[in-house]
Amino acid sequence: MRLINLKPGRPLAVFLALLPFALAFLAYAVASQIRLEANAADKLLPAPGTVWDTAVRLTTEGDRRTGRILFWHDTWASLQRLGLGIGISAGVGLIFGLLIGLLPLMRSFLAQFVAVLSMIPPLALLPILFIVFGLGELSKVVLIVIGTLPFLIRDLSQRVLDLPEELLVKAQTLGASSWVIAIRVALPQVMPRLIQSVRLSLGPAWLFLIAAEAIASDLGLGYRIFLVRRYLAMDVILTYVIWITILAFLIDWTLRWVSRRYFPWAGAGL
Amino acid sequence: MSFVSVRNVFQTYGRRPIIERVDLDVTEGEFISIVGASGCGKSTFLRLLLAQERPTRGEIRIADAPPASEPGLDRGVVFQRYSVFPHLTVRENIVAGEGFRRGWGRFFGAARRAALTRADDTLARIGLDHVAGHYPATLSGGMQQRLAIGQALAARPRVLLLDEPFGALDPGTRQSMHAFLTDLRTETGMTVFMVTHDLEEAFKLGDRVLVFDKPRWDPHDPDVNGATITYDFDARNGGIPFQTLEEKTHVLHPV
Ligand SMILES: Nc1ncnc2c1ncn2[C@@H]1O[C@H](COP(=O)(O)OP(=O)(O)OP(=O)(O)O)[C@@H](O)[C@H]1O
Ligand SMILES: [Mg+2]
Repeated sequence: MRLINLKPGRPLAVFLALLPFALAFLAYAVASQIRLEANAADKLLPAPGTVWDTAVRLTTEGDRRTGRILFWHDTWASLQRLGLGIGISAGVGLIFGLLIGLLPLMRSFLAQFVAVLSMIPPLALLPILFIVFGLGELSKVVLIVIGTLPFLIRDLSQRVLDLPEELLVKAQTLGASSWVIAIRVALPQVMPRLIQSVRLSLGPAWLFLIAAEAIASDLGLGYRIFLVRRYLAMDVILTYVIWITILAFLIDWTLRWVSRRYFPWAGAGL
Repeated sequence: MSFVSVRNVFQTYGRRPIIERVDLDVTEGEFISIVGASGCGKSTFLRLLLAQERPTRGEIRIADAPPASEPGLDRGVVFQRYSVFPHLTVRENIVAGEGFRRGWGRFFGAARRAALTRADDTLARIGLDHVAGHYPATLSGGMQQRLAIGQALAARPRVLLLDEPFGALDPGTRQSMHAFLTDLRTETGMTVFMVTHDLEEAFKLGDRVLVFDKPRWDPHDPDVNGATITYDFDARNGGIPFQTLEEKTHVLHPV
């Protein structure tokens, strides 16, 4: 039988999906074991048990000075910044995507401008943002917005342009105004795509968030990682990295669920 | 007095003429079938009738109104594909036929309930009441086209334009769609233009059958000439075999 026709059954599929995780964990455990045997005080690859203990301590025990559990405060602060940044990007991106995609006048006016803007490396603007908006929350949110917005606008406007001409003509023959075509034809049809684009933007958004937090902050997941780096606290860093990965995965999974749940007509493209 | 009048219409894309010197008069309620070779400009002519495009020369008037500059309520259309809104259920698609012209593109309150009732009546008539809550993607091709026609008619256009509406259907479904369309037409008395590749269908449904073709053929450069109406058959009485040539055409006569 040809390799392309060999399909795994359900149990095998689950096994295969879990296998790389198990292998990665095993590789880490073995490497850590070898290093710790050579030098029991080695900090670079703490034993999985140590990382687990640290994780439990971080998530349950309060700070000695203030009694706050910093882990959750960090998480909350970062999620707020991320949510705000991505939310603003999605909203603004949707509006401009529709305007550029539907209105030829807007397209002539803005499409090239957005294309050029999207070439600016956002991190290069970070110092400017700190100067203009200060070191507070605003500059971090603005960095996420600047980093993700041009992509969202271009992606969504292209998606609007890809709508079959037939549908737009059809709507006009039913007497729809430009406004009605925007909210009743184009908007609902790009919503699944918006969720898709936001999912794609989340990677860069985390990048910008952690970069901004690492440079100027007193709370946040990225801030904490870069703080404990000074003490070479690998167990703390690993806990935070795993936690960020889990958060990112959960957000992605939720968005996919929302998209399937609320846009069933969009079919398998999601 | 003619209802649809096409006067000396030319359409050129770039430097390439697609249709030229098209003249046509259609009285209200006539069913016009349009046939012709692939790529000769039938869809282009339909787009001109729809006012989706403006002709390079000449003008098209419906009911003596000035030539339209964009598609509107008076002309309904059914394309071969993408004719219904994929994000609306079957029922909502029908409601859209009446609702899209409103400020927010929808009905509210009592008006909405009334529109839903009317939509259910329409669905029962076009035989789609059992799938009212489904999305179009789950429907068969024939059902989708029936929905598209029902939706176009819900807007009560004066002229209905059909571009190969049954092109993708199997012969059986096609027959039932013919019956369906004939019924609707006797009910509404609309003027219909239908492009088709099926000559039998053209003669069966149409009152007139127009043939689009190039009247002059340049063997060195087939693209220099556009197509026009070369035959205009009277297709009433089953069409065959008692043809009467209706008006002056650009038919080639051997010299
Ligand atoms: N927007 C356009 N720009 C340039 N050329 C076009 C455009 N639309 C159509 N054409 C050309 O015009 C010619 C006629 O196209 P049209 O779609 O009207 O043909 P048709 O008779 O409907 O063919 P078919 O039977 O295959 O549907 C084709 O050669 C096509 O390439
Ligand atoms: Mg065509």
